[in-house]
Amino acid sequence: MSQKKVNYWQKNLKFLKILLTVWFLVSFGAGILFVDYLNIIQIKGFKLGFWFAQQGSIYTFVILIFIYIHLMNKLDSQYNSKEK
Amino acid sequence: MELQYWIWIAVGTSFSLYILIAFWSRASSTNEFYVAGGGVNPIANGMATAADWMSAASFISMAGIISFSGYDGSVYLMGWTGGYVLLALLIAPYLRKFEKFTVPDFIGERYYSNTARGVAVFCALIVSFTYISGQMRGVGVVFSRYLEVDITTGVLIGMGIVLFYAVLGGMKGITYTQVAQYCVLIFAFMVPAIYISFITTGNIIPQLGFGDSGPDGVFLLDKLDGLHKELGFHEYTSGSKSTIDIFFITLALMVGTAGLPHVIVRFFTVRKVSDARKSAGWALLFIAVLYTTAPAIAVFSRTNLIETVSNKDYKDMPKWFNKWENTGLLEFDDKNLDGKIQYVDNEKINELDVDADIMVLANPEIANLPNWVIALLAAGALAAALSTAAGLLLVISSSVSHDLLKGIIRPKISEKEELISARISAFLAVCLAGYFGINPPGFVAATVALAFGLAAASFFPALLLGIFYKRMNKEGAIFGMIAGITLMLFYMTKFKFGWFGGGGKEDWWLGISPEGFGTVAMLVNFVVSLIVCNITNPPPNEVKKIIEKIRLP
Repeated sequence: MSQKKVNYWQKNLKFLKILLTVWFLVSFGAGILFVDYLNIIQIKGFKLGFWFAQQGSIYTFVILIFIYIHLMNKLDSQYNSKEK
Repeated sequence: MELQYWIWIAVGTSFSLYILIAFWSRASSTNEFYVAGGGVNPIANGMATAADWMSAASFISMAGIISFSGYDGSVYLMGWTGGYVLLALLIAPYLRKFEKFTVPDFIGERYYSNTARGVAVFCALIVSFTYISGQMRGVGVVFSRYLEVDITTGVLIGMGIVLFYAVLGGMKGITYTQVAQYCVLIFAFMVPAIYISFITTGNIIPQLGFGDSGPDGVFLLDKLDGLHKELGFHEYTSGSKSTIDIFFITLALMVGTAGLPHVIVRFFTVRKVSDARKSAGWALLFIAVLYTTAPAIAVFSRTNLIETVSNKDYKDMPKWFNKWENTGLLEFDDKNLDGKIQYVDNEKINELDVDADIMVLANPEIANLPNWVIALLAAGALAAALSTAAGLLLVISSSVSHDLLKGIIRPKISEKEELISARISAFLAVCLAGYFGINPPGFVAATVALAFGLAAASFFPALLLGIFYKRMNKEGAIFGMIAGITLMLFYMTKFKFGWFGGGGKEDWWLGISPEGFGTVAMLVNFVVSLIVCNITNPPPNEVKKIIEKIRLP
């Protein structure tokens, strides 16, 4: 594989690592493993851990995908312009 | 106007719309039949995916299940949305780039083996059939409840409709009807939710409303925790399941989502790779609308229910109480004969049995909403069940005609013959699904959630390693898939149907329920795949070139 192709793939893998870490932290972290600690904090009626499990994690998932779309579109156009 | 008329109008109008769309977008080639010609707009595909994804269970049962289980219900909320992150980041774009029609297609080509393809077809059929029988049953139940026909007639009507647009339109027809079905179902779900949120808390956004307080100034969730403690139930905002079980179930549902053939195939219908990512994003956004509203409905209706019935006189119950008693979804048995309803977490003195489905179905009546809202709910529930059934049907038909017939048995089949056989297998699949809908085998309800475990245990590792691990070969994939699905089937049949000696909760391995065991079986699949792969020959160079190609834009 040419250097350009290797770079593209490495960049993609870096994005995946960062985004999937966040994915894990909001759901399995905040919503499950640390739920009891976060539940000590209460914002309005919501205990924070409970809120992450039933609301916050879902909002974060949506945002994560749209961030990835944005990053990859940028990366794709860089890749394509170098090709010409 | 009379409720019954409203229901006929709502159901009749929505059904004619689906048929019209199906007729207008009928398929004329296998390409259109399997992947809608590959030119669907990503936002439209997102909507279709959302409708495909949200079944009768999401629409009718999920809010009720959360309502009764509180925090424990979070496994469904996180599990059935978080999987889309995996799909968008790890699976969908690469499979789209691969340019094939089905999941077994990918497995067969990537692992250069018809054995691998055969194993994948077998897994796809098991997963899809358990799922679709549940949907046909759902259609029957909704029909019988709202249109006062018996379940069998309901299933037959549902079969007729699905048959018409799936067989005629293929993926193309299904996609555009699903767009319409999403609009119907989300409107039907949101109208009562917004209304109830407004009358309970004064906030028109349900997602925020359930963190607010009622007229008495106490936060709803605090009040609910208090009520639960008083009546002996576990606290609403903290669970009764063990942390490890919650963790494993959530992961199994997420990974299963990313491995379900009827979801993955939706991403083959868009024009290019970047559109596959985009439509996964839109799909999750459309799904999130319902999934973030459901926990709010759960809290409103739970509070409402307890406050209406707990320690109140039976003779003072509102009209909806008796109506739902007649359907058997509510059962009151005055054990201590004091004329009051004792609703507590103790078998011996509890007098009220409430079916989870009632939380969504009876909502409009509990909140005194006009009749047309109830009619809308009926149309919405049918849309949810039909759209999912149609999507699954297509996976079954393409597995048979494309993967089995064209891929393995008769590779030289002509395009026209393949299209005919696709339609015939869709027809046979509807009949079989309808049969199971009318005569449900006892295991259907138990296995719908387990279908995710099966998908997680079989497909996910083979797909992921196929894309991200170039050294992965056919021996590894075949042994991995077989090990994963066998282990999952063993654990599921042992603890759900009592085969192999059966066993109860105390016998679960490491305290992991059958629902969460998909995670374990998936890990076993990964380990077996990697070990076998590294002691056998590496894949041929052509395959390595294919992988390099699908990794680039």
